[in-house]
Amino acid sequence: MTRLLSMAILLGFASINAHAATLPVAATDVADSWDSIYWFLVWTSVVFFVGIVAAMIIFVVKYRKEVHKKSKYIEGHTGLEIIWTVIPSILLFVMFGWGWVVYKDMIKAPSDAMEVHVIGKQWLWQFMYKNGTSSIGDLYVPVNKPVKLVMSSEDVLHSFFVPNFRVKSDVVPGMYTYVWFEAKVPGIHQIFCTEYCGTSHSGMLGRVIALKDDQWKEWLSGKKIDIDSLPADPSFPGFRANALGEGLPTAQASGSKGGQLSLAEKGKALTTAKGCVACHSSDGTKLVGPSYKGIFDTDVKLADGKTVKIDENYIRESIENPTAKVVEGYPPSMPPYKGLLTEEEIMAITEYIKSLK
Amino acid sequence: MSTASATEHGDNYINHSKGIMSWLGTLDHKRIGMMYLFTILVFFLLGGIFALGIRLELFSPGMQYMTPDTYNRFFTYHGAIMVFMVIIPLIPAAMGNFILPIQLGAKDVAFPRWNLVSYYVYLSGALLAGSTLFLKGVDTGWTFYAPYSIRSGSSATLVLLGAFIMGFSSILTGLNFIVTIHKLRAPGLTWGRLPLFVWALYATSIIQVLATPVLAITLLLLVLERTLGIGVFDPKLGGDPVLFQHFFWFYSHPAVYIMVLPGMGVISELVPVFSRKPIFGYKAIAAATFGIALVSFIVWGHHMFVSGQSEFANFVFSLITMFVAIPTGVKVFSWLGTMYKGSLRMDVPMLYVFGFLFVFTIGGLTGVFLAVVSVDVHLTDTYFVIAHFHYVMVGGTLIAFLGGLHYWFPKFTGKMYHDGPAKLAAWLIMIGFNVTFFPQFIVGTLGMPRRYADYLPQFTDLNQISTFGSWMLGVGFVIVAFNMYRSLKTGAIAGDNPWGGLTLEWQTASPPPFENFLHDPVVTEGPYEYKGDKVHLGSNA
Repeated sequence: MTRLLSMAILLGFASINAHAATLPVAATDVADSWDSIYWFLVWTSVVFFVGIVAAMIIFVVKYRKEVHKKSKYIEGHTGLEIIWTVIPSILLFVMFGWGWVVYKDMIKAPSDAMEVHVIGKQWLWQFMYKNGTSSIGDLYVPVNKPVKLVMSSEDVLHSFFVPNFRVKSDVVPGMYTYVWFEAKVPGIHQIFCTEYCGTSHSGMLGRVIALKDDQWKEWLSGKKIDIDSLPADPSFPGFRANALGEGLPTAQASGSKGGQLSLAEKGKALTTAKGCVACHSSDGTKLVGPSYKGIFDTDVKLADGKTVKIDENYIRESIENPTAKVVEGYPPSMPPYKGLLTEEEIMAITEYIKSLK
Repeated sequence: MSTASATEHGDNYINHSKGIMSWLGTLDHKRIGMMYLFTILVFFLLGGIFALGIRLELFSPGMQYMTPDTYNRFFTYHGAIMVFMVIIPLIPAAMGNFILPIQLGAKDVAFPRWNLVSYYVYLSGALLAGSTLFLKGVDTGWTFYAPYSIRSGSSATLVLLGAFIMGFSSILTGLNFIVTIHKLRAPGLTWGRLPLFVWALYATSIIQVLATPVLAITLLLLVLERTLGIGVFDPKLGGDPVLFQHFFWFYSHPAVYIMVLPGMGVISELVPVFSRKPIFGYKAIAAATFGIALVSFIVWGHHMFVSGQSEFANFVFSLITMFVAIPTGVKVFSWLGTMYKGSLRMDVPMLYVFGFLFVFTIGGLTGVFLAVVSVDVHLTDTYFVIAHFHYVMVGGTLIAFLGGLHYWFPKFTGKMYHDGPAKLAAWLIMIGFNVTFFPQFIVGTLGMPRRYADYLPQFTDLNQISTFGSWMLGVGFVIVAFNMYRSLKTGAIAGDNPWGGLTLEWQTASPPPFENFLHDPVVTEGPYEYKGDKVHLGSNA
């Protein structure tokens, strides 16, 4: 009887498993490996849960006072206690290790990944591409090519989440965070903001528009893509908008027109306009401050003897608060630019410095 | 027996002195416990109304009954009230205050005046925070994440100050319990004979005393930043928003165990009494309680796997979090082991024990999902997390509380609750709870984020099931409240020891006399020595 019942419960769970409706579509390789560990956790949990519930049912049937008048005096059992400490421990460490392996793949972008800058603001997503194009709400990417997002926020915390890719990262004002993915399913993939950000938090949606190579090139060169002709998000069929409700900007793929500056070129213009070039050269010449040339992704020694790697976050900090980490051999004389540059401008300057190889 | 004479004596803590002032100014731990209970239940009603409002709005996509700003206030009040005003003080301050000194064989807690102070500190903090309902409200979420909480135009400052003040109540109660447990045990009540409820409150008190000051400082910094513009957390002022999360969770993760350990303590009391067997692995459960309390201090970063904290931090926090699951598992298995070959009484408190094991097991297992760092990346900040912590908080703490409430109701009042409505409510709450929260695991895994006033049409079905469940749950709670009220008036006289319990609260009258015992108790054996020959002792069945 109890065995039948536990089998019925097990079958119930199995049918949920078979029913694909409990998970979004897996649109990347990382999503596939995420699904494997997820189902491992589900099934391990089901075994434990069914075991515990079955024990409760059996005990109620066999040991309720009407049928089992006298309890047996048992204070414990060392062997059992060791078993139910050790076996779960082993399982937990397997889960931890496997989880970590998947996580490494999740966060380590391939070195050839295409970078797109992302700015979150109340309550929309803005995407900026290397060639100077930008789009709001819709993130255009090629399929089967790794894409790395360099993200920051203009106001409060946001979080960038694409269920089909199983990736998520908070988008934090004052620093950069990263997400990467390689979409293998062309079409639309839903983006959610998953960190509460105020009134229209639930309206801060977006779409990843994964394009086949030829379409991607057309879009980059300024051609408008008819999104309605693309396959809908397989996880959310029937929902095609990039926002809920009304009053939010719709997708606008403002393709690069003739003569539009790339992101790095915008950054170069800014370094002139904001007076940076007075102290920083772009050709390796040592002026009052270090040159921009070839410094990105290198280690540099600081005045206090520590070493720091020059990455996006270091450049941002050195713009906003230059005296925090002064490079050895240079005076701490640069004024802080905090509040004087927009999020977009900092990204453009960073991009310019990165481009000076 | 001394118990009989206590009842005949007719003096008890309720009729010992009369008038409203004799309650408001009382130093009696039992009366203070009852005042806590009543106050907390009023706030529970309030928090519950907000919860029903949330579920009602989410019955269908689009905005039906409120604006997004109103919705954001609803979930903030629901969370803040339930966490700070209900779940944290519920079992320690209400039940612990009443039961702990009696279980120790003491006349009162070590510092009765501080006990009363802590009640009024709690009340003023709660009223201050609650006053914002009549001002601009608060829309920051109960987690107060910066920089939103700094820039929010709502009355967040008063809520922060309210939570800050309530923290002192928590610290005072914790300190009081620690000293009471150390100093006021009856002769013969050695550490190895302490009821597990006492062990649980002891571990809880240590966390309260050590962790709450960190929350207090954090909230105060936030208030200073809001009012004086001192830049600690807002990057615009040179602050770091991730630092806020570290500070916040350094308290709030241990706080999860402030909420759940007392619930586990209640379960550890109920299982042996209603199984008529000694608790299985007394030492293991006591050790597991302290194991959980200790580990709880070094796992806060698992709330922040996608916050931008370093990869190394994620590695360490994911690894250490696994250690929480081990002692938790030990406890669940030990409770099951206690039932094995017992003589089970299926009274209402025991129904809640089964409910607890069912729900808490799901809560614990889904916690493992969130501890595995890569799995967490997809699930965090979705409804999966909402479902998980309701399975732990409601399933763990609230259901254990209801079990304890029915178990100790005869001791609190001298009356027995009406059995029929109590059973009906227990089933409604169990089924309603699972109907409400199980669909949220699925809708979260599908991708629905938390704190969404509006959602994609694809999520409608699961949200509607969830809303139906919330109504069942609500009806269940109303039946419990009504039944308790009616039982106070018309319940049968319970007798001193209706369950045949062996801990000291059952060796005195119901309700207990003014200073708990007419004769100082002497303890000669452990709390759960249910030998075969004691099977029918004092049973009401």
